[in-house]
Amino acid sequence: MSFGKQNIWQDVTLTLPAGEVSVMLGPSGTGKTVFLKSLIGLLKPQRGRVLIDGVDMVSSPERDIYETRKLFGLMFQDGALFGSMTLFDNIAFPLREHTRKRESEIRRIVMERIELVGLLGAEGKLPGEISGGMRKRAGLARALVLDPQIVLCDEPDSGLDPVRTAYLSQLLIDLNARIDATMLIVTHNLDIAATVPDNMGMFFRGGLVTFGPREVLLTSDEPVVTQFLAGRREGPIGMSEEKDAATLAAEADSAGGVRTDAPRVIVPQLEPSPGLPPRAAVARRRERVLGMLDRLPPAARAAIQDTYARTAGAPTLRMPATGSGS
Amino acid sequence: MITGALRQTGRLFALAAEVSRAVFRRPFQFREFIEQFWFVASVTILPAALVSIPFGAVIALQVGSLTQQLGAQSFTGGASVLAVIQQASPLIVALLIAGAGGSAICADLGSRKIREELDAMEVMGVSPVQRLVVPRVLATMAVAVLLNGMVSVVGTLGGYFFNIVLQGGTPGAYLSSFSALAQLPDLYISELKALIFGFIAGIVAAYRGLNPRGGPKGVGDAVNQSVVITFLLLFFVNMVLTGLYLQIVPPKGG
Repeated sequence: MSFGKQNIWQDVTLTLPAGEVSVMLGPSGTGKTVFLKSLIGLLKPQRGRVLIDGVDMVSSPERDIYETRKLFGLMFQDGALFGSMTLFDNIAFPLREHTRKRESEIRRIVMERIELVGLLGAEGKLPGEISGGMRKRAGLARALVLDPQIVLCDEPDSGLDPVRTAYLSQLLIDLNARIDATMLIVTHNLDIAATVPDNMGMFFRGGLVTFGPREVLLTSDEPVVTQFLAGRREGPIGMSEEKDAATLAAEADSAGGVRTDAPRVIVPQLEPSPGLPPRAAVARRRERVLGMLDRLPPAARAAIQDTYARTAGAPTLRMPATGSGS
Repeated sequence: MITGALRQTGRLFALAAEVSRAVFRRPFQFREFIEQFWFVASVTILPAALVSIPFGAVIALQVGSLTQQLGAQSFTGGASVLAVIQQASPLIVALLIAGAGGSAICADLGSRKIREELDAMEVMGVSPVQRLVVPRVLATMAVAVLLNGMVSVVGTLGGYFFNIVLQGGTPGAYLSSFSALAQLPDLYISELKALIFGFIAGIVAAYRGLNPRGGPKGVGDAVNQSVVITFLLLFFVNMVLTGLYLQIVPPKGG
């Protein structure tokens, strides 16, 4: 994927496991948003494919792409609400465009979503009259109104305070438990990264560093990953771009091996709120991850075994596969 | 540089083709069409009327002075009416629609684009061309055709008034030369021109609005360019249409 002569990223191949929550990490400006927009066909990579239910979002006819997009709910970075409509009309927009529901029915669904994201009382306001965090939540409500099978969130945390971010993380997990959607969250927030996803990947230097079960990334020795997770200045990530080899060597000398990283602890994943059904994804993921266990690095393998030793088994479910890769 | 210009032209035509196709795709956005129609009409009616009176007068005075020198004063009416109906009226309408309606359309679409509203719409499986551009283009076309009728009448009345009152022409000569020279196809070509000019103004405004470059400043530039490009296209197309009309339709007087 490139704009003019600027290459954003290339050779990214991955499959999003159906029904699970995945997080894509990466320093600012590494093409995370571009990646999301390519998944949904807003931007077209020069080469490669993005397969959603067998439809290639890059080169299929426009009609198929529009049809497939109805499976998606995309939450934009700043909400991307229609400035001329109230929050209610914004959230009702997909229902009015794509369904033949009666107005009373639409009202019920929309108010339910508004309550879900905690915006009750603000439904009559225009997007210009509310705070950035509220716009974001309204954007999420609009993305959810058609019960999408695939939910994409572009930096759901930016502009939110830590408490709201924690609530949002819980909301995303609850959502997955409720509608069993495939979810992809693009972020650089470490709290979300540590507690929400089943799978994690990371973008750096115009490519995908890794993608796999969360334990793989959380236990990785890759310098980029350790630097990012610890939020240190020493490492391959620089202020604007990646550093060159000379700066890196100088840094290694001055640091002199006195790195004081605490041993990384894997924080347990969030559970759905009480009263909700268990996440069907948990059982599917368990089976999938245990199946690929012998191909994972030893540290990740130990972490996974540790995690599953602590939790009891759950019944397994089957789901149609929704994959994507490019 | 040349390929860049060609690419822009090609994409403009592609948008025109896409809009023409999307006009027939259901569901038709009737509400949006009415709103846009009302908006474009409300910003153009008054300026159009105010411009057409002096314009009709100027043509009447100029043609009157010329015919007086040639000794063909009795034909002033016919000549000035033809100039107003065939040339002045569609151009006045198109300039006002591009300047008042088109610039607003371009700014509206452009700001929606940079706020990612159009992307959001596409993601929700709704085509911005069908939902937003088609009603706007149809609105500019419809307003152009209707406004053209009004400007023709007002301009003709203005010309009549100035010829009779200021130049001492006789009402009888004015009207008889009018019916001697003017024919129905003159009105048809006038309305056809207005329709085509309305289409061009709508398409160019939408095209520049959908493709602003680089943030809010880009929207301002896009509005500016859309008006300039529309004007250039209008005068060129007008020349072609006028040339074709004069070749195809035999003049009544000859």
